[in-house]
Amino acid sequence: MNGYNFAYLDEQTKRMIRRALLKAVAIPGHQVPFGSREMPMPYGWGTGGIQITASVLGPADVLKVIDQGADDTTNAVSIRRFFARTAGVRTTTRTAEATVIQTRHRIPETKLREDQILVYQVPQPEPLWRLVPSRAETRRMHALAEYGVMHVRLYEDIARLGQVAISYDYPVMVNGRYLMSPSPIPAFDNPKMHRMAALQLFGAGREKRIYAVPPYTEVRSLDFDDHPFRPARAPQACILCGATDSYLDEVVTDDRGGRMFVCSDTDYCAGRRAAA
Amino acid sequence: MSDTMIAASGLAKSFTLHLRGGVRIPVLDGLRLEVRAGECVVLSGPSGVGKSTLMRALHGTYRLDGGRILVRHRGTMTDLAVADERTILEIRRETIGYVSQFLRVVPRVGARDLVAEAAVAHGMDEDAARVRAEALLARLNIPRRLHLLPPATFSGGEQQRVNLARGFIARRPVLLLDEPTASLDAANRRVVIDLIREAKQDGAAIVGIFHDEEVRAAVADRLFAMEPLQDAA
Amino acid sequence: MSATLLSARELSFAFGPIPALRGVSVDLWPGEVLAVVGESGSGKTTLLNVLLGRLRPDAGAVWYRDEAGHLADVHAMAEPELRRLHRSDWGFVQQDAKASLRMAVSAGGNIGERLMAQGARHYGNIRAAAAEWLERVEIDPARIDDLPRTFSGGMLQRLQIARVLVTHPRLVFMDEPTGGLDVSVQARLLDLIRKLVSRLGIAVVLVTHDLGVARLLAERLIVMQGGRVVEHGLTDQVLDDPQHPYTQLLVSSVLQ
Repeated sequence: MNGYNFAYLDEQTKRMIRRALLKAVAIPGHQVPFGSREMPMPYGWGTGGIQITASVLGPADVLKVIDQGADDTTNAVSIRRFFARTAGVRTTTRTAEATVIQTRHRIPETKLREDQILVYQVPQPEPLWRLVPSRAETRRMHALAEYGVMHVRLYEDIARLGQVAISYDYPVMVNGRYLMSPSPIPAFDNPKMHRMAALQLFGAGREKRIYAVPPYTEVRSLDFDDHPFRPARAPQACILCGATDSYLDEVVTDDRGGRMFVCSDTDYCAGRRAAA
Repeated sequence: MSDTMIAASGLAKSFTLHLRGGVRIPVLDGLRLEVRAGECVVLSGPSGVGKSTLMRALHGTYRLDGGRILVRHRGTMTDLAVADERTILEIRRETIGYVSQFLRVVPRVGARDLVAEAAVAHGMDEDAARVRAEALLARLNIPRRLHLLPPATFSGGEQQRVNLARGFIARRPVLLLDEPTASLDAANRRVVIDLIREAKQDGAAIVGIFHDEEVRAAVADRLFAMEPLQDAA
Repeated sequence: MSATLLSARELSFAFGPIPALRGVSVDLWPGEVLAVVGESGSGKTTLLNVLLGRLRPDAGAVWYRDEAGHLADVHAMAEPELRRLHRSDWGFVQQDAKASLRMAVSAGGNIGERLMAQGARHYGNIRAAAAEWLERVEIDPARIDDLPRTFSGGMLQRLQIARVLVTHPRLVFMDEPTGGLDVSVQARLLDLIRKLVSRLGIAVVLVTHDLGVARLLAERLIVMQGGRVVEHGLTDQVLDDPQHPYTQLLVSSVLQ
């Protein structure tokens, strides 16, 4: 595309972002501030993830973009087209074919490999933001590993509701040191992060933070010894492919209470159907 | 003398009233007193001569202008006048017991527990202390129904008897008794006389102030007469 | 300084041109209660903040001896270490319980927090400890899941005490713990503090303007005026035989 650098961002910006990424990878789970740029889409539309993807993309890469697990939603389609136009890279809907996967709110069901990068779009990077209003104080807490307040939150849930009521963006401890927000992925997806073979990068454009989980890193969802973390999932099977191990979307079919459950990961579902 | 429990000499104590232009009131000057184990010395003299002042000095509450108060504590003679704060607290816990004229009322604590506390502070087990406290209160004619009530609402005489129980429950080698029978009737006065005699038999050295002739005659081994100092200029 | 738990030497601090502490020295031994008495502007609150490590003195030092017997300069400690000290070995009962409690967290969560901060990870045990402490501070354990905003002033203060004592600190600072409470509520609270302190063998630095509270709770006492210690001694010595003119004024001003 004329007048634009490869993947839209100029090289200096990419260099700055790559430096932040290196620092993030060196300190798993630690939030690194970066100079988030004006992008041609507003905050809230994945600018953080897009800037990271733009910085790691090379001409030989194959890019997949998903939004809530689907390749065909408006956001996924727009972002994929953006990179097709500004970088000219090959794009795909097949998880196994991609080298870079940008995602909003899901981790693909297909197990990822060492040669792949998963880029998460993050709205709020600070896992303590609801509990502690002061950013200065949360920075201090991360520096001193003072996370008692989050355990109090979990305790409160169990006391009030009998179980921890966090269904997405469930806080995790990374590498035994940093408390991290995995982004609004369902709690069901958390175990996939643990010792994942792929590199996981997280970008928050509006909040201007980057963080990372290097391959094979320990990622543990917070819990109590006598109330262990249990990823929740609707008990049904996917009505299209019959999968009982994937995360399901609940689709309302009529106004008489009719509903059907379908795999949220469209590629995974299609792959199972093709193989059947 | 190995059974001397208190040896005070050269005691000097005055009060400087800064709120009254700094007027200085000397009360004790060059006082000397010795008390042996098993004896009861009664301080006598006119009102205001300094009997209570001497008592409080012996307890370490009043700080002296000069002199020494040697007390046999843990086997050695320790000077109360120059002892550090922790040592004084230790001496009060282990060696010197004090029955003041007024019961210091602690909110919400029942009479029995107030008395038991004094024994626990001396090292007695909590349950044993409570049992002993009840027995002592019974002996002093405090009825059972009052044992769990805080003494704030008791009569003067009842409060004094709780005070006495506090003072006598632990067996300390030295006992200071400041008007212990002031608000008591004849029957209770006799209980106090018995308690003092028992303490003496246990070897306690006792210093007491008694206005009541009967009690004085029953317990005193000797009188220590005090005279007022010359008026300050 | 043999075996003292906390020692301060020659502390000086000024707020700009206003001297708040002038050469103040204090010693505290394990298990004893020391009252710091003075009126507004005496410097007692400044002293408290310097002892806590929250204010750095212009001159002088504060030393703390930990359980292993090691003496450490409180103001030379790295921040993580000081914060850890505040969460475990030390406690601070503030006058306003609301400033110390998490008002949107249940009573049980408030008490359990220090345990969780120290790594406690068994929900049942944490809850049991919280219930036990509610009983100790005479709050009905059935209120373990209630929010503090449903508690009275006296209950809030007792909840704060439970929250602070749950980690069995060796040293607790108290700033006017009964301030602003009704007299009957004060009496109950003082009785509770008395019992807990003696039973747990906690050393306490108690800052108060109330001589009655000092007499009830403290064995030793220091009197502050104009940033200086004008008198110190055993509580009964200072209150029954006050030497300094200011102490005599204070004592004579107390309503019986």
